[in-house]
Amino acid sequence: MSRATREAYRDSVLALLGRHPELMCLDSDTGLFSADHAAAAGDQYLNLGIAEQNLMGVAAGMAACGRVPFVNTMAAFAASRALEAIKIDIAYNRLPVRIMATHGGLAAGHLGPTHQALEDLAVMRVLPGMTVVVPADAAATEAFVEQSVTLPGPLYVRLGRKPTPPIPAAPPPVIGKAQTLRTGGDVVLVGCGPYPVLACVAAAETLAEQGIEATVLNMHTLRPFDTETLIAAARPATLVVTLEEHWRAGGLGGAVAETLAEAQPTRVLRLGVPDKFVDEVGNQEHLVAHYDLTAERVVRAVRTALDTAARSGKTDWKEHHS
Amino acid sequence: MTITQVLECDTLTDVAARIRSHVVDMCAGPEGGHLGGALSCVDVLTALYFSVLDVDTHWPDDPDRDRFLLSKGHAAVALYATLAERGFFPVEELSGFGRAGSRLMGHPVRAVPGVELPTGSLGHGLALGCGFALANRYAGRTSRTFVLLGDGELQEGSVWEAAIAAASQRLDRLVAVVDRNGLQLTGPTDAIAPMEPLAERWRSFGWAVREVDGHDPELLADLLDAGPWEPGKPSVLIARTVKGQGLPFLAGRASSHYVTLSPRNHARAISALRVAEALA
Repeated sequence: MSRATREAYRDSVLALLGRHPELMCLDSDTGLFSADHAAAAGDQYLNLGIAEQNLMGVAAGMAACGRVPFVNTMAAFAASRALEAIKIDIAYNRLPVRIMATHGGLAAGHLGPTHQALEDLAVMRVLPGMTVVVPADAAATEAFVEQSVTLPGPLYVRLGRKPTPPIPAAPPPVIGKAQTLRTGGDVVLVGCGPYPVLACVAAAETLAEQGIEATVLNMHTLRPFDTETLIAAARPATLVVTLEEHWRAGGLGGAVAETLAEAQPTRVLRLGVPDKFVDEVGNQEHLVAHYDLTAERVVRAVRTALDTAARSGKTDWKEHHS
Repeated sequence: MTITQVLECDTLTDVAARIRSHVVDMCAGPEGGHLGGALSCVDVLTALYFSVLDVDTHWPDDPDRDRFLLSKGHAAVALYATLAERGFFPVEELSGFGRAGSRLMGHPVRAVPGVELPTGSLGHGLALGCGFALANRYAGRTSRTFVLLGDGELQEGSVWEAAIAAASQRLDRLVAVVDRNGLQLTGPTDAIAPMEPLAERWRSFGWAVREVDGHDPELLADLLDAGPWEPGKPSVLIARTVKGQGLPFLAGRASSHYVTLSPRNHARAISALRVAEALA
C-alpha cells in the first residue's frame, strides 16, 4: 500500500516518544504534526518556529545535555540554510541529533526549486560522522527511525512528501547495509529513494527478458557506505548504473563511482537530475518522468553501453580495462 | 597557593588583572590574537567564573553545573586565561597558544577543559544556550546558562532566531551578556549596522534587560547572580565596555581587533597593565 515516508516517520516517532523519555521532537512549523499529534506527544514535542538555524542549534544544545532530538524540517532548508549549524553544532560535536528532512529530491513537485533538495545527499555525506539514509518506502522508514534511537552520532534522513509505493519484498532494512533486491552477473543497478529503486527493479525485469541479468541494490545508506556489497556485486559485472533524485554530482552516483574507482574499477553511468534547476510545474511523478529517472532510461542506458562495447569489440568491457 | 586560597584573598579586580596579563602575553605569541575583544570581556568572564558560575574544576562534566558559552568565540584567549586562572588546566599551558601542537586553538574547542562546546562562527551560541536551558528544564535542574555575545555578532540573524525562541519558551534560567564595546573588525558597529536602541530591541523580543558598566566585575557579578530579573523572561545584560580595555595605546580602537604584539608593544602593554593595577 502506498504511504508517505514522512507520515511513516511521524507515526513511528510518536510511538517511540512514550517509550523513550530522552527523545524530543523539535519542529520548525512544518505542519507534519497536527495539534492532535502534538498533544499526544506532550512536552516531548516543541514547535520552535520557522527558524532552521536555531532549530539545529537548540537541538545540539539539548543533545549535549543528554537528550536525543528529532528535528523536523524540509530537506532544502536543512541542507542549505541550516548547513553551518549542522556542520558545526551537530556534526563537529558528534551529537545524536536526527535531522528528519521531508520534501527530499523532487518531492516538493510544483512548489519549485526553492523547496526541492537536489544537493542534500552530496552535502550531508561529506560531513564527518554523519549517517545519511534515504528510505525507499514507509516500512524502511519505520525500521530506520526505530534503529536511530540507539545510533551514535548525527543522522540525516531524507523523506518524501506524498505517498509512494512499497518496494518489492527485500531483506530487512538495516542502516548501513545495502539491500540486494535481485542478483545477476551482467550489470548492477543501484538506486536510492522510492522512485529510483522501483525503476531499477522494473528495469532489471525488462533486461532479463532481453537476456541481460542485473543485480539490483537499494543503497539506502550513503554514509557509512556499504562498499563490501557494492564491490562484490560489481566484480562480475561489466557496467554499474546508478539512479537517484539528485543532481548528478556528489550523491549516490558519486559515492558509487568513488568506491569503484578505488576498489573495483568498473564502468559507472550516473543517472540523475540534469545540472539545472527545475523549470516547469509538475508533481513528483511528472518531474521524475520529465527528467527521465525511469526504468526505460535505465534499460536504454544499459543497452547503449553494452551495444557500444560490443561494436568496438570490447565484449568484456572490464577485461579490456583491467 | 591553591585556587581556593586565591579566591579567598583576591578581589575580582585582582583576578581580572592577572587574566589581562595572560591575554597580552598570548597575543605576543607567533600568531597574535583577538586582543581588543578579549580585553573588553575580561571583567565579565571574571565575574562569571570567580563569583557567579557553579562549576567544579575537578568535575567539569557535573550534570548539575551552570553552563557558559563564549558565543563571540574569537575572544578565546580571554576564555582560556580565565579557565586556567580558575583551575581547569595549568596556567603554564597558556604559553602554548598559537604554537604548533597546542590544543589552545584560536577559537574555543572542546579539547580544552571547561569549554562546553566549540564556538567561533558567530551567531551560534544563543541557540546552543537555549538548548542547554531547555534540557535543564526538562531534567528538572535549576542550573543556569550564560552566553556571552559580541555586539557585532548581533548582526547575525540567527541570534534573533534564538532570541525569539528563548522568549517564547520562557527560558528564565538563560542569561545573555552583550559585550557592547561598540567596535567590530573594520569600525564602529553603529556606523556599519546601527543597532540602537539596543536595550529596546531586546525588550521588544521579550527579554528582561539591564545595562551596566562592563568593567566593574563586582557590579556585574551581583547583577548576573540575581536573575531571573523578571519571572518567565530570559535576561540580557548589556555590558558597556571598551575594546582593548587596559591598554591606552589600543583602547577604543578598531585596530585592536586582531593584534600580534611586537616585543616593544608587549612591554608597553605589560607596563600599562601594571600602572592600572597600581592605581586600582
